[in-house]
Amino acid sequence: MAGPMKMRATTTGGTTEVRVLMTHPMTTAQSGQALHFIQNITVKQNGKAVVEAEISQAVSRNPVFSFRLKGGAKGDKIEVSWLDNKGETNKIETAVA
Amino acid sequence: MRWLPLAIAGALICTPVFAQDAKKEIQKYQQMIADGSPVELFELEGEALWKKPQGPNNVSLEKCDLGQGAGVVKGAYARLPRYFKDADRVMDLEARLLHCMTTLQGRSREEATKRVFGNENQPSEMEYLSAYVASQSRGVKLAAGTSHPKEKEAYELGKALFFHRAGGWDMSCASCHGEENKRIRMQELPVMSKPQFARPIMATWPAYRVSNSQFKTMQWRINDCFRQMRYPEPKFASDATIALNTFLTVTAAGEPYRGPGTKR
Repeated sequence: MAGPMKMRATTTGGTTEVRVLMTHPMTTAQSGQALHFIQNITVKQNGKAVVEAEISQAVSRNPVFSFRLKGGAKGDKIEVSWLDNKGETNKIETAVA
Repeated sequence: MRWLPLAIAGALICTPVFAQDAKKEIQKYQQMIADGSPVELFELEGEALWKKPQGPNNVSLEKCDLGQGAGVVKGAYARLPRYFKDADRVMDLEARLLHCMTTLQGRSREEATKRVFGNENQPSEMEYLSAYVASQSRGVKLAAGTSHPKEKEAYELGKALFFHRAGGWDMSCASCHGEENKRIRMQELPVMSKPQFARPIMATWPAYRVSNSQFKTMQWRINDCFRQMRYPEPKFASDATIALNTFLTVTAAGEPYRGPGTKR
């Protein structure tokens, strides 16, 4: 089972700042262990995909991502999900504050 | 040749300025790593573990008395180490967790201490639990027990151990932590016997280490200092390590807890 995630979304002056923490080993090929890393990250705002990202093994263990969305109102639902190379997945949803 | 004295004078003037700049840059770096630190993930995992039924009795730690009453986690960490009547000894967080694991959950000490220090791939139960319990004391002033005779004894023992030189290298804690303005590479060495230096440190332990992706507990910190001094390895949650922790926390008394911290 995938470990916990934590997210914060706040809106000020027409932009919404989202910060999300993910639990993931992000194992690289160099470590001698089986490659295990997050490949896709999807951000949805009120159910509509606004960011589709592909990341690589170069991202650290337990990654943190921070980004700004144009617009966004208090109460908007932001959902962030990830999918790794082993097909494991996890997601978190929060309302914009 | 006549430039040489000038160059030396320049170097003398520049050195303190450089040290100050380095200090400022380190502070900036510390602020950057604190935002978005995985510490929060450890707190969440720890909370889940706290509530998970385990051991032969198949119960969680939710009824564990950390000193503020059975099951009270809020503010408990800031008031440790302290004397516990049921165990008749002074205990720090990890000693108390171990006590609850053996009494409430019915686990053997051997099983519960089999893996007290984890690694980056698999953190230990103690590390997760420490993160959670400590996080519930944010904003609470550090106030380790100082009134019971055994608490006073632990403080005095810890103080004596801090200055006691031993081991193959004839070192004491004070050999590294006894003089101001000393550091190893870029790591400052706080004078832990002085309140002004002990306060910010004790208020941010346990902590997440960015450089090795691990969460470190206070028992680990003391254990590793023993290793660095080339002492024999101390027993986990022994009277000696608890006494040292008591001495350090009492020295830092009054500082609002703001951990678990994030370290280089």
